[in-house]
Amino acid sequence: MQAETLSGGFADPAIEAAHAFRAVMEAMARPGTIHEITGAIPPAPLSPAAGAVLLTLCDADTPVHLAGAADCAPVHQWLAFHTGAPRTGPAEAMFALGTWEDLGPLEAYPLGSAQYPDRSATLIVELPELAARGATLSGPGIKDTAALSLPEAAAFQANARHFPRGLDFVFTCGRQIAALPRTTEVR
Amino acid sequence: MYSCIVESEVVEMKDVADDNLDRKAWMSLLAKAPVGRVAELLDALGPRPAFDWLRAPEIGTAMVRGRAGGTGAPFNLGEVTVTRCALTLADGTVGHAYLQGRRKADAEAAALTDALMQTGQAETVRAAILDPIDAEQAAAKTARAEKAAATKVDFFTMARGED
Repeated sequence: MQAETLSGGFADPAIEAAHAFRAVMEAMARPGTIHEITGAIPPAPLSPAAGAVLLTLCDADTPVHLAGAADCAPVHQWLAFHTGAPRTGPAEAMFALGTWEDLGPLEAYPLGSAQYPDRSATLIVELPELAARGATLSGPGIKDTAALSLPEAAAFQANARHFPRGLDFVFTCGRQIAALPRTTEVR
Repeated sequence: MYSCIVESEVVEMKDVADDNLDRKAWMSLLAKAPVGRVAELLDALGPRPAFDWLRAPEIGTAMVRGRAGGTGAPFNLGEVTVTRCALTLADGTVGHAYLQGRRKADAEAAALTDALMQTGQAETVRAAILDPIDAEQAAAKTARAEKAAATKVDFFTMARGED
């Protein structure tokens, strides 16, 4: 076990986790807005933003699915040491992390049930870039419209049709995050 | 604050010996040492090596579970306060410590000892820290057993005249 894979957690857990949680909450409450999230230095290939989201939201009760390149030993050790989150396949995952190509197909993730729509997965999608252009977003938390560089539109339109069931998405790139809850309409 | 569940270990039949048996033994010894004892012995050994925190000492709780009679269904016995920390030495060796109570200084000393036990100084550290604690614990156990044995009462039954 090497130290590099274990370092990079929040230096001041209470304060930094609160700041990171605030960033995630703001991003989710105002879809399309881009926020800075810092504090974590996870092992490659995770971005600092994705690491901070994992540290903030995951614990021993939230199974995490790591897709593609993120499914490697340094990330396993880092996640286990800092959060204690168990790893699982997509069907039981509460959080999933990977690039858009690695995460698909989206049918594999739990959408929640009509009685418990909260029992659905949240996907943390690593994007090569994050900018306020591209697909047009509207819905709760957005005054008029917003724009976000989504990897595609069709999958999110299909996801919104499941409402109140459906997946929620957090997009990360470097130290930036944005989010797309299931309530947002994508055009 | 953190919490976790500690379950009494289930002994499995294994063909291979546990690689971590040694480390388990010394971590257990460090966790059971009296308050301040590990730090005292560590400082007597010389200046403490430089280290970085992976996880600064933090206090949380662990749920202790038990089984009635050791075989029944598991139940939650109660929560105990636990201090834990993790650190890394300059050469990358990682030391962990988990011990009962609110004892951050003890956790630091125990984690340092755990890290040093994985380096080339293992034998020196064992002789200077682990062996004295082990001897003290054994002595305390013997003293207690002797004290109990001194007050032992043997009951015996005389012929009861039933024949």
